[in-house]
Amino acid sequence: MKKGSIILLLLACIFLMSHLQTSRESVTKQKLSEYGFFDGPIAQLKPAAGVIPYELNSSLFSNYAEKIRFMVLPPGKAAVYQAKKPFDLPLGTVLVKNFYYPVDFRQPDKGRYLIETRLLIHEETGWNALPYIWNADQTEAYYDVAGDTRTIGYIDSKGKKRTTHYAIPNKNQCKGCHTNGKEFLPIGISARHLNKTVHSESNSANQLLIWAENGWLKNLPDSGVPANANWEDESSSIDQRARAYLDINCGHCHSVTGPANTSGLYLDMFNQDPTALGIHKTPVAAGRGSGNFSYAIVPGKPEKSILVYRMNTIDPGIAMPELGREQIHKEGVALISEWIKQMKP
Amino acid sequence: MKKTSLLFILSLLAIAASAQQDIQRKLQTQLIEVENNGIVLLPEGTYFLTGTLSMDGKQGVTIRGKGRDKTILNFANQISGAEGIKITNGSNIRLENLTVQNTKGDAIKTQLVDGIHFLQVKTEWTRGANSSNGGYGIYPVQCQRVLIDSCYARGASDAGIYVGQSHHIIVRNSIATENVAGIEIENSLYAEVHNNEAFNNTGGILVFDLPDLIVKKGGFTKLYNNQVYENNHVNFAPKGNIVGKVPPGTGIMVLAANNVDIYENRISNNRTAGTVVVSYYITENPINDSTYYPYPSNIYIHGNVYERKKQRATMKGRMGKLFRFKLRFGKNVPHIIYDGIHDEKAVTPNQLCIQNNQGESFANIDAANGFKKISRDMKGYNCALNIPVTINLQ
Repeated sequence: MKKGSIILLLLACIFLMSHLQTSRESVTKQKLSEYGFFDGPIAQLKPAAGVIPYELNSSLFSNYAEKIRFMVLPPGKAAVYQAKKPFDLPLGTVLVKNFYYPVDFRQPDKGRYLIETRLLIHEETGWNALPYIWNADQTEAYYDVAGDTRTIGYIDSKGKKRTTHYAIPNKNQCKGCHTNGKEFLPIGISARHLNKTVHSESNSANQLLIWAENGWLKNLPDSGVPANANWEDESSSIDQRARAYLDINCGHCHSVTGPANTSGLYLDMFNQDPTALGIHKTPVAAGRGSGNFSYAIVPGKPEKSILVYRMNTIDPGIAMPELGREQIHKEGVALISEWIKQMKP
Repeated sequence: MKKTSLLFILSLLAIAASAQQDIQRKLQTQLIEVENNGIVLLPEGTYFLTGTLSMDGKQGVTIRGKGRDKTILNFANQISGAEGIKITNGSNIRLENLTVQNTKGDAIKTQLVDGIHFLQVKTEWTRGANSSNGGYGIYPVQCQRVLIDSCYARGASDAGIYVGQSHHIIVRNSIATENVAGIEIENSLYAEVHNNEAFNNTGGILVFDLPDLIVKKGGFTKLYNNQVYENNHVNFAPKGNIVGKVPPGTGIMVLAANNVDIYENRISNNRTAGTVVVSYYITENPINDSTYYPYPSNIYIHGNVYERKKQRATMKGRMGKLFRFKLRFGKNVPHIIYDGIHDEKAVTPNQLCIQNNQGESFANIDAANGFKKISRDMKGYNCALNIPVTINLQ
């Protein structure tokens, strides 16, 4: 056999093998651009028609990365309001969450670096998580189930140069946060997270009202729609801010039906039991996460509360939340510490 | 050192780091893409991982190495994820012939798996006992049909083999050493722990029921044919954890659990107590959970062999103080210690039966009344119990 034909055969084999490997997931688009979510250069994230940007009152801390979110509803379909649970979203809905770092947090116009885009797609079999990782040229993001670890540099809001590991979660880890009972569910698309005023160039209005007026949301009641505080908004009470922070950062796992229910610690908005919230609650399977302290929360004593201890470290055997925590969220630690400090013993 | 050689070392380090990333991504991809009823084969060798390896929603998958101490997953350089291996929401999963080392948190956690089988699996912190080690070695929680067979767990700062909030469980032919708790069954139903060796832990085998959990009441546990010896290791659990209260020198401890049958074990040279039966009150933790039952009941200790050298209890920790100042057993430490705290309102009294143990000795330490009437008379406990434990792993 000639050399050329061997090479040809090899190439054919490689093609076949790679084709066989991906054929099972042939429906999964390998490039983010294939979805057509964005107009113009993809890294600008300029939403195409029908791609709806949205914001949350308080959002999850993700290693100081910033996020831009979109929802894509199937044509003519709408979300259905629910007061407590995430809205009932029609089959075919896609949620698009883009993670990036500004080059300089003080000057957003200096540009940004996109790291990953996570899609949640509502399929016949349930919600599916699809992680895409951006290339260095910022021209495309590629489907990647395995996750990765990157080193990221940026200038923070105080002008300090920062270098950090950034662990891009794998496909399973998406489920780690989004599992509720036996169901895989979105988190942010809930009344209490979305019920806020949003500002556009022309006007300011309530986000849920905008959705209802545009026919994107059905059954929105006239009153009684819950709203979490913005944890950064100092005009809200410390209790509202702290509970909102714990709700979005911890409540998806630490709830009666969440994966961290093994601990008996429930940090979601709906928990009313002070022990389950951590007050004088002994740890269950914390291991060295207890940090030699006896209780999750000791009222008046943040420095003796396991909750604060676990927020205030990047040791992966101790740190909470478990993901997106290659750095300490100092502002979050300060908020929860102040909340505990103000609790009456 | 010359600049060039430094550069060389730095680039070598960078290559090593990227090789670790490649292994991490390769194994993780396999665990995601493996088909139901498929096998993930891990060749012989030591793999350095940087984050948790996870598997979710799979049925009938086997993860098989080339042998304990031959296929080694080492997590010393872990920068993300709280566990070494995490398996969730699956059924009929088998982990075989591999070692997981030096994880920052728990070594292997399985949650919500129906049918989980650990065979010839080793979890280890190679520096031995250390409070900076992860909490649990082999850690199924909220699982059912759990089999842990011929495994080895060393160095966990909480429990080497820990089964929590699960049901239908067998732990057998396994070794636990240099952990705070060797083997622990917690808030679980229908467990058999037999033919294991637990030595040089703080406590050898523990059966606990704790408050504030969804599964509140465990029970129907059999411990038999185990070798439980020399569990005198200093307690190195971070404070706050319940096992941090276990006194060094504890063989078997039953805390607030019900229907526990302890028989035909060899329990030797555990300096503080061969077997301890206590209520949750002994922990001095507050109980805020009104639906929790803090008393042990239906505990049957029979046909065991007790041995100990004539020596004092370890006298360490809070329990040590108790031995020193209140109990004052000297070198004549009883093999079986009962705190005597019982439910006075119980319709059927909390039963503790002790029979036919070789070398047995006993004390009710009257903990409810400031240890005033310590009694070493075991006449009142000469009874038998029938504790039905049927385990179905099929």
